[in-house]
This record gives sequence, structure tokens and C-alpha cells, in this order.
Amino acid sequence: MAVVETRVLRKTFGDNAAVDGIDLRTEEGEYLVLLGPSGCGKTTLLRMIAGLERPTDGEVLIGDRVVNDLPPRARRIAMVFQSYALYPHKTVRANIAFPLVARGVDKDEQDKKIRWAAALLGIEHLLGQRPRQLSGGERQRVALARALVREPQVFLLDEPLSNLDAKLRALAREELKEFQRRVGTTTIYVTHDQVEAMGLGDRIAVLEKGRVQQIGTPWDIYHHPANTFVATFVGSPPMNLFERDQSLVGFRPEHLLPEEVVAEGDGRVPFKLHVERVEYLGSDRYVYGTIPELSSDKRVISRLPFTVTNPVDEDAVARFAVAESNLRFFDQQSGERIEPQPLKGLGA
Amino acid sequence: MTAANTGQTVAGEIEGRPRRYLLDREGLLGPLLLLPAVVYLLALVGFPLVMAILYSFTDITTGNPVLHFVGLDTFRDVLRDTVFRRSLRNTVVLTIVSQLLVVVLSTVLAFALRVDFRGKWFARFLILLPWTTPIAIGTIAWLWMLDSLFSPIDWVLGQVGLIQQGGHMYWLGKRDLAMASVIAVQAWRMLPLATVILLAGMSSIPQEIKEAAEIDGASFWRRLFHIELPLLLPITGVAVLFGLVFTFTDMTVVYVLTGGGPQNSTQVLASWAFYKGINGGSLGQGAAIAVFMFPVLAGFAALILRLANRAEVS
Repeated sequence: MAVVETRVLRKTFGDNAAVDGIDLRTEEGEYLVLLGPSGCGKTTLLRMIAGLERPTDGEVLIGDRVVNDLPPRARRIAMVFQSYALYPHKTVRANIAFPLVARGVDKDEQDKKIRWAAALLGIEHLLGQRPRQLSGGERQRVALARALVREPQVFLLDEPLSNLDAKLRALAREELKEFQRRVGTTTIYVTHDQVEAMGLGDRIAVLEKGRVQQIGTPWDIYHHPANTFVATFVGSPPMNLFERDQSLVGFRPEHLLPEEVVAEGDGRVPFKLHVERVEYLGSDRYVYGTIPELSSDKRVISRLPFTVTNPVDEDAVARFAVAESNLRFFDQQSGERIEPQPLKGLGA
Repeated sequence: MTAANTGQTVAGEIEGRPRRYLLDREGLLGPLLLLPAVVYLLALVGFPLVMAILYSFTDITTGNPVLHFVGLDTFRDVLRDTVFRRSLRNTVVLTIVSQLLVVVLSTVLAFALRVDFRGKWFARFLILLPWTTPIAIGTIAWLWMLDSLFSPIDWVLGQVGLIQQGGHMYWLGKRDLAMASVIAVQAWRMLPLATVILLAGMSSIPQEIKEAAEIDGASFWRRLFHIELPLLLPITGVAVLFGLVFTFTDMTVVYVLTGGGPQNSTQVLASWAFYKGINGGSLGQGAAIAVFMFPVLAGFAALILRLANRAEVS
């Protein structure tokens, strides 16, 4: 177990900075998720930590030691790739054994470790098979077992769930979390999927354009986004944002509710919602419309859980409201979060 | 879009005679496009093959071109001939040794050419050159290089001090050296194809697998022998089989370089069939010699097809 740290880490490809000065520090045994859209630099960052990519500038530290000049094999890390990268010509047993053989571990010890890892991941019955005979979920477990036998200081996972179908992904997510809790190894996990990030991470680092936009617990990221990028990237549907008095005001779709549902004591802010369309999605209803007081053309989305049964008619004006504590304010130029502002002349 | 708002009737859009669309039918177009190739194969490969097999059971000669069947007599005569046995042995030795050289050298070359360096394009071009040159021309160049009096190789060996200055190796004049020369030229010629095939195979190994091996703690040599080479094996097999077939059936290198000499010591099946059947006029015997190659080649061909199939699946 060890702490991973990056100091003003940069990586440029030509004129393009993929990673643009990132400072990060994991905690001991932490599950840190790097979240961002494709091309935000999250995979490049992970590859620099792994040693597969040389930083243009800055330092990578593992266990408080600068490892910039160490090759991947000397960093005592294990990595699970998006494609799992199993060796197709080797059996599952030989795949898991490979890191041990490479390190010159003796046969008995190898055997013991393989059995331990296979038991932990429930793949003992697959040891004799070859990767192409396995399903996606089984491959993923073999890849994890191969990472595990090295007893690494750090696990690096690069979108390991993206090749699984939706149902399996939910299951595998749970297993991954459980697995990490049991081995307690510091883990850095890259994903573009916010559900994975929210579900797995002790903390999430949201990346965009090679920079960390915000780092915090899933709760912080969701409820107190540091800027408009985080506010709109995390959450589905994204946060509603409007210009108001030289700043941006935002609220999450699930906070825009029929007026009667919002408790009066919270200092509720009423809106007249011109409903255009209502989408029924089983557990939720999505209400699409505009709030002319805020903007005549900007669409706004409200998400009503099925517990809210108030009727909402299409092509009608409905009285909606947001609790004042659920409003977020951002600077119009920089998009950074600012102190709450009084909202004048709304609703009533 | 409805017919009403385009101002056209739907019926008006279905037009033309059905004959115009005959070629839209794959069942017709496919055979039609294949036809030229099939005609070519039948006329220039199939027909001669059948004729050769037919001739091998006769005592036909250029002076007496009648099909007079003699059963297996021609084969018996051919087998009794010491030059034939020598040719058979030479063919096997030439094929195996040259392909061994090609496998080792092409693997090294392919790994070297994978690395990025300045002028890589030019290096690749140079290595491919022997393959694009007609065999006869390439071999004639070698004929000069191996010349008994003016060989630049001799000169270099002399300068380095491996042989006496101004001395000569007589590459094509001594039995073993002549055979070695034929093998070397054959390997030189097959090297580009094998290298290109291996380069293509290499680029098909996913980058992530190599990186996984790196992270798993494998050194360069372990990655090479335990990951990359085993993954390249099927494609190497394809390259080797192509090389085997080309080498096994080739007579140009022997014909141009040594003419089978000295004293028939470098004769191979293809060249001996040519000398016997065409130059010597014993069409029947020439055909019988050539027919000896047939089962071996059929085996190679079957292997190629199987390997190609396997490579596709994985």
C-alpha cells in the first residue's frame, strides 16, 4: 500500500497539452476515480503513473519516492487495461503466473499465489482455459487476478468495465468495490462514466482539458460542483444553468419540483414553468419546458421521482419551485462557483 | 416525404427496363467477375498440369511427340538416375536451409524496422527491393558479385585479411560453395516478403498486451520470447510456407547462377526437369521429375490454407 502523488505533472503531444499541470495526492488505501470526457487526459495521467508514458514535466511519486526514471516493472504497480490485455496464447493459469515467473518466484510459491488469487475472484474452474474461451466478465476477473498476484502497492484500472454489457457492468462494479475493500490497496480508476465514478470512488477527481476541475467526495462533486463544467458533466440530466444579474444560477433537475412539493420553510423560489413535453421513464418523469422569467429560449429539465404524483400537463403553465438552498451560483466569466446571490423579482 | 409534396407520382419513380439491373444481382455478377481468373487458371495452370501428369506416364520426346504409354517405366528410369537423386536432396536442403535463414533474419529485420528512426521509409524500401526486382535480374547481379575473377566479395575478404590479397574463392566453381551461394541468393530473395508479412503481423499484436507484459515485470527478452514471438507464430507460419513453395519450385536462381554445375552438384528438381525435358528433349522424363514435386506442394498448399484459416479465427 502506498500513496501516489503527482506534482505539476505535464504531458504534451506536439503543441497539445494532454495533461496540463496536475497535482494530486491519494490517501493510503484510497479508491480514487479519475472522471472526465474522452480526451480530457485521464488515461494519459494514469499511463504516466504506470510508467508507460514519460512526463514532459513534473514528478510522479509512489510511496513518497520519485519514480519518473523507473520503468513500469520497477514501480510495483499493477494495471488492468480496458481490453484486459490477457495473453491469448497462454492459459488462464499461465496468464496469472506470468508476473510471478517474470519475478523469478519459485514454483510452490507461484502455485500458492495463483490459488489464492483465483479463489478470491472465484475463477478456480477457469485456470485451464484460454482467454478466448472466456466471457467478458471472466476475462476481467482473470485480469484482476493477474494484477493481484504481484501484491502491488497501487492498482491502476483503465475503464475496466467499458467492455461489459450494462447488466454485467452493474454487477462487476459492485464486485470491484468489494474486492478493493478486501485487499485495501490504493486504487486509481479511470472512467468516463459518472455512475461508475459516483458508485466506486472514495473521492473523485473530475478532469477536463488536462486539468483537475475538482477533487472531492461523490457528495461534494454532485452537490457542490466547483464550476459549471463539473455541474453539467456530473448528473444526468445535467444541472440547469441560467444567466442572472451578471452571474450564473443553477439547480439540478430533481430540485425543480411542483410548488406544493417544496417545503415552504426552505425559502423556496417559485418559477412559472411553460411545460412542453413530459417523458415518462418508469421510476422518473422528465418535464421539459422553459422558464420565460429566466430565459425565453433556454430549455429547462425537471426530474420528478415517481413518488411525486402531481399531474403535469403538456402545453400548459405550471407552478414549480426550487428550494433556495439548492440553488448554485457561478461566475459568468470563469464559471467558478461563487457565494449565493439574492434572486430578485422572480415568481410571485 | 410523401408523393404529394414532391409533386411526383410514386409510379413515376419506378422506371427503366429490368435488364439494366441485371448486374445488381450478386448471383450473376460474382461468377462473371470470377470468370477471367478461372479461364486463366484452367488454361495456363490446369491444362499444363494435366499434360505433365499425362506425359510422365509416356516415353514422349521432342523428336517423337506421340503419347505412347509405358506405365511407370519413366518413373523407374528417373529414380535410377543419380543426378535426379542429387537434385532431390539439393532441393530439400536448399529449401530448408534457406527458409531457416529467412525466418531468423526476417524476424530480426522486422523488429529492427518497427522502431522509429530517421530514414525508416528508405530502409524499408531498400529491403523490399529484392522482391520487386525480377529474379533473373537479381540473380545476374549476384552472378557478377560471385564472379571467379572479379568478385567484390573476394576483394573485401582480401582486404579484411580472411583470404590472401588477390586470392579467389571461386564461389560458383566448387561444389559446396556453389550450393551455399545458391542458398544465400535464395534466402536474399525471399527475405523481403517474409519481413513484410512479419511487420504486418506485428502491428496486429495489440499495444495493450505488450504494455501489460511490461507492467507485469517482463524484461525485453522475456517479452520477446514469451509474448511477442509466440503471438507472431501463426503469421510466421504463413511467411515460411510461402517461402517454402517459392523456393521448392524455383529454378531461376540455379539456372542463372550455376546452370546446375559444377557437375550437376547444384541441380534442383525444377532445373533438372527443365534440362532433361526441354534441353534434353525427353519430355516424358522431364514431366516425371516435375511430378515428384506435386505431392509436396499439395501438402504445403493445404497447410497454408489451414494456417490462414486459423489466423482468421483468433
